[in-house]
Amino acid sequence: MNGLLSDTIGAISTAVGNAGISIIRLSGPEAFSVAAKIFRGKGSFYEYPSHTIHYGKIVDPDKNDVIDEVLISKMAAPRTYTHEDTVEINCHGGYVTASRILDLLYRNGIRPAEPGEFTKRAFLNGRIDLAQAEAVMDLIGSRTEKSSKVAVSQLEGRLSEKIDKLRRQLVDMLASIEVNLDYPEYDFEEVTADNCALKIRSVYDELKDLIEGFDYGKILREGMEVAIIGKPNAGKSSLLNRLSGKNRAIVTEIPGTTRDILEEYVNILGMPIKLIDTAGLRETENEVEKIGVSKAIEVMDSSDLILFILDANSGFEQEDADILEKIRKYHEKTIYVVNKTDKKDEDKLNEIKEKIPEVLEISVLEDSGINVLEKEIYKFVNKSNFDTDNQVLVTNARHKKHLQQSLADLERALYAINDGMTMDVVSIDIKSAAENLGYITGHEVSEEIVSSIFERFCIGK
Amino acid sequence: MAQSCNRQYTYDVIVIGAGHAGCEAALAAARMGAETAIFSMNLDSVANMPCNPNIGGTAKGHLVREIDALGGEMGKCADKTLIQSRMLNTAKGPAVFSLRAQIDRRSYQREMKHTLELQENLDLIQAEIVEILAENNRITGVRSHLGTVYKAKTVILTTGTYLKGRIVVGDVVYSGGPDGLLPANRLSDSLKKFGIELLRFKTGTPARINRRSIDFSKMEVQHGDNTIIPFSFEHETIDREQAPCYLTYTTEQTHSIIRENLHRSPLYGGIIEGIGPRYCPSIEDKIVRFADKERHQVFVEPMGLDTEEYYLQGFSTSMPEDVQIKMIRSLPGLENARIMRYAYAIEYDCINPLDLKLSLEFKSIEGLFSAGQINGSSGYEEAAAQGLIAGINAVLKIKGEQPLILDRSEAYIGVLIDDLVTKGTNEPYRMMTSRAEYRLHLRQDNADARLTPIGYKIGLINEDRYKKFLMKQQSISKEIERLKSKTVPPSDKINKFLEKHASSQIITGIRLYDLLKRPEITYEALREIDDVMPDLPRSFAEQVSVSIKYEGYIAKQLQQIEQFKKMEQKIIPEDMDYNKISGLRIEARQKLSRQRPASVGQASRISGVSPADISVLLIYLNARWKRGGKQ
Repeated sequence: MNGLLSDTIGAISTAVGNAGISIIRLSGPEAFSVAAKIFRGKGSFYEYPSHTIHYGKIVDPDKNDVIDEVLISKMAAPRTYTHEDTVEINCHGGYVTASRILDLLYRNGIRPAEPGEFTKRAFLNGRIDLAQAEAVMDLIGSRTEKSSKVAVSQLEGRLSEKIDKLRRQLVDMLASIEVNLDYPEYDFEEVTADNCALKIRSVYDELKDLIEGFDYGKILREGMEVAIIGKPNAGKSSLLNRLSGKNRAIVTEIPGTTRDILEEYVNILGMPIKLIDTAGLRETENEVEKIGVSKAIEVMDSSDLILFILDANSGFEQEDADILEKIRKYHEKTIYVVNKTDKKDEDKLNEIKEKIPEVLEISVLEDSGINVLEKEIYKFVNKSNFDTDNQVLVTNARHKKHLQQSLADLERALYAINDGMTMDVVSIDIKSAAENLGYITGHEVSEEIVSSIFERFCIGK
Repeated sequence: MAQSCNRQYTYDVIVIGAGHAGCEAALAAARMGAETAIFSMNLDSVANMPCNPNIGGTAKGHLVREIDALGGEMGKCADKTLIQSRMLNTAKGPAVFSLRAQIDRRSYQREMKHTLELQENLDLIQAEIVEILAENNRITGVRSHLGTVYKAKTVILTTGTYLKGRIVVGDVVYSGGPDGLLPANRLSDSLKKFGIELLRFKTGTPARINRRSIDFSKMEVQHGDNTIIPFSFEHETIDREQAPCYLTYTTEQTHSIIRENLHRSPLYGGIIEGIGPRYCPSIEDKIVRFADKERHQVFVEPMGLDTEEYYLQGFSTSMPEDVQIKMIRSLPGLENARIMRYAYAIEYDCINPLDLKLSLEFKSIEGLFSAGQINGSSGYEEAAAQGLIAGINAVLKIKGEQPLILDRSEAYIGVLIDDLVTKGTNEPYRMMTSRAEYRLHLRQDNADARLTPIGYKIGLINEDRYKKFLMKQQSISKEIERLKSKTVPPSDKINKFLEKHASSQIITGIRLYDLLKRPEITYEALREIDDVMPDLPRSFAEQVSVSIKYEGYIAKQLQQIEQFKKMEQKIIPEDMDYNKISGLRIEARQKLSRQRPASVGQASRISGVSPADISVLLIYLNARWKRGGKQ
C-alpha cells in the first residue's frame, strides 16, 4: 500500500504572524477520529452533523492537559475543499499555541502537510482542474497583493477561458480540413492554404501575447530579481537592509564583509522584489571572496534589474571603472545609484556625474532619495505597461511550456503551408498545437474534432 | 475428422455468421490450421453487402490494405469483382490517399463463398445458431436451431445486424434481418443469460431504382480512374472496363416534401429507439439539422453488371412508401423512377465493446470472441478487419500463445479496436483518418511494410509472398540510397527541366534526393534528367517518393510513436485491485475495475480517467515494481 492520499495531513493554514486566531486544518480519512480523540466539547464529535462549528477544548489525552479553548468545524467528504473529511480548529493566535496543538496532532497519526498539499489533494480528488490547481499553488506562493490578483483571475478560469477560445478556433479549423480529407466525395468548401495560414496567424499572435505576459507573470509571482552591484563598502548591504527593513546583511566598515550572495524578498510599491546583494566586485586573491565575485557576475547576467551602487565619498575609482566596463552590456537594465550623499565630497560626486550623468543620489543613512529609487524600480518593472486588472497572465511554467510548444507547432504549420505541403501534413502540426493547449485545460482534442465534423457538416449514407 | 454421426461435432473454432467479419475470421482460423466451421442462416447471403456495394473510401481503404497485408481476403475479392475504382484525395496528401471501389455485389458474394468452400480445414454450414454453451465461464460450443450441438474450443460472434433485427418503414414495423432476410431472434437471449450486456443500435439503407427509369442525362457522370490501382499487394495491375456512377442533388421540392411529412417519420414519431450514427443521418435528419443547406448530394450507383438495380447513396430514409416515392421523384433524373426496393431502417442488438479485451475476446467468458457490427462498428471494412483479428486470436488462444494486438501506431486496425474496446461507442463506429494519431505513418501505400512481417509470422502470408515482399522493401531502400548519392550539375539541361516544372533553378550541384523533396517535382518527372532510373513498379515508386518527400514529418511521427509506445509497454497486471489504490478518484476506480486495461497507455484513453489518475496509477505501479524487483 503506498501512502498516497491514504493518510491524513494537517497544517496551520493561516499565515504565521501576529494574527488573533490561527486555523489548523486536517484532511483525510483519519481527520474525524483524531479530532474526536483530542477535542472535548458538548456531546460526541462523531455525532456532530457535517458542516457545523462547535465550541470546546483541545486536550492532550495522555496527560489530560488542556491546551487551548477552540472552535472546531467538522466537514464530511465530499463537500469539502479536498473532497476528503476535513476538520478545522480555530485556536488562539500566536505561534506557540498553534504549534502545541499541531504537535499533539502529529503524535496522534497526522502527517505534516507539504506546502500546497491540500490543493494537490483537491486536484487529485477531482475537485478542481489542473489549471485551477496550479493557480492555487501560485496563490499560496504569491507574496503580494498584485500577484494574488493574477492568481485569482487564473483561478476563476480567465486563463482557461482564453486558452479554450484559442483551442476551439484550432479545432474548428481542423474540422474544416478533416471533413474534406475524410469525406472527399462531398462538396464542402475546401479550406485553402491561404485562408488556413491567415487563421493560424491570428491564433499565433494571441498565443505570443500570452507567452510574453509570462515573464511579467513570473515577476509577479516570484518577484523580480534585482542585483545590487558595486565596489566593496559602497553601501550595498545597507541599501538591502534599508529596502527590506531588516538588519539582515552584516554591515561593517571593513570592505568585503559580504562574501556570499544574500537574498531578500521585499515589497516595493506592491511589487514583490527579490533583492540580491553581491560581494563587492573587485579583483581579489582571497579565495572565499573570489567565489563571491564570480557569483556576482553570474547574478548580473540572470537578474531582471541591476542597481549599480557608487560612493559619493570615495568618488569614481578604478574599481568603479572596471564595474562600469562589465556592466555596459546590461545598460538597458541598470539603474545607477550614488550612495552616501550625506558624506559627499562635491568634487568626487561631480567626477562620478561626469561619467554617469543619470546617476540617482541617495543616502541610506539619512534615508534620502530612497522613495525616488523605489519609484524607479517600480517604473522599470511596469515599463511594459501591463495592466494586471484586465490582462490574462500566464504565471505557471508548465503552462508556458505548452504554450510555447503550441506556438512552435503553429510556426511549423505555417512553414509547411509556405512550403506547399499537402493538408494532411499541415493538419498534423495544427492538431499538435491544439493538443498542447488541451493539456493546459485538460481537453481531448481528437474526439472534439470528430464531434465538430459531425455537428457542422452534413454527411450521410 | 471434425464431423461424426452422433449429432455431436467438434471444432477448434466456430464462427457464427458469414458476413464480412465472419468470412475473414473463418478463413484466417482455417489457414492457421484450426478445424473451423462457419455458420450462416442462409448460404445465399454469404458476404452480402445489404447497403451500398462499395469497398474502401477514406480510412476504410486503408483497412482493406491492412487486411490484405496481414493475409486477409477482402482486398483480393474486391479486386476480382470491382466494376469501378478511384483513388480519392490524390491532391490532399499521401496520408489520406484512399482507394474506393464499386463492387459487383453478387460476384463478390459468389467469389467469397467459393473461397470459403475451397478452403481446407473449413466447413461452411447453413444453420441458425440459437445458443452458446459455456461451463465455468469458458466457452464449450454452440447449439443450432435444429438442436445440434457443435463443440468448440473457441467461438466467434459475427452476427452483424441480425440479432433481434427490427425493420422500420414509416409506421410499419416488423421483425426482420437486413436485405429481406430473416432475423436471428434467439441468440440474444442466450448471450444475456451469460451476463452479456446488449445495446440497441440503428442504421438505415436507401432505396434501389431500376436503371430503365433513370434519366442519366440530368445527372453528373463520375468515371473511374484510368489506371486501376488494386487493393491487394499481390495484384500489380487490373485491366477491366469500368462502369460509371452518377451524381444528382436534392431540390427545394424534395425538402418541402420531407418537411411536410416529418410527422410520418418513425425517427421523429418515436418508433425508432436505437441509436443511429451521427455520420450517416437519414435524409430527413439532414433536412432538419442542416436546414440552411440548399441541396444535398445523392450518388446513383450500380449494384452490379448483371442487374439494373441502382443504389441512392445519401438518401437513406425510414419514411413510409408513398412519401419515399414522392421524395425520389423530386430528384433530377429520377422523375419517373421505378423503385425496386424501398429504403428501410434497421434496429439490432449489439454487445458493449467495453466488455472485450484488445484481442476481441470477452473478458467474462474465456474463448468467446466477437467481431464486426455486433461490436458496435459500422461498415464492411471495419467488420472484416475485426473478423481477421478475432480469427487469428482464437487460434493463438488454442495454441496457448500471446494474442495479436496491433496498437494505434501500427495500423488503423489497431486504432479501430482500441477505440471500440477502450472508449466504447454510443453509435455505430465508422473509421476516419482523423481518428488516427499517426496518420502519416499509417498510410495505405506502406501497409505491407507495416504488417506483412506480422502476417508472415502468424502464418497467413506464405513463403513466396514474403520473399517478394522482402525484395520490394530492398529495392525501395536501394532506390532511395541511389537518389541520395546521385548529384546533378547546374547545367542548362537541368535548369530547363526545373523551369519547365516551375521550380527554382540551381547554381551548384544538387542531389536528386533533394530535388525530389521539392513539392513540384515528382518522382516520375525525374526520369527526364535521370537516364539510369530503374523501371520500378508503381507501388514501389510510390513508397520511394512518399518516403523522401515527407521524410521530416515521418521521422517526427516515428519519434512520437516511440513516446507513445513507452506508455503502452507499461503493463498492468491482470489481477490489479484498483480499490487498493486510494489516490484514484472513485470514478476512475470504477472505470478501471470494469475495463481492466492491459497497459497504462490504454488506461489513459479510458474516458473518466484523468491525467491525475494516471500519475497516481504510475506511482502505485512503480512502487509495486520496486517491491517486486521487476517491471
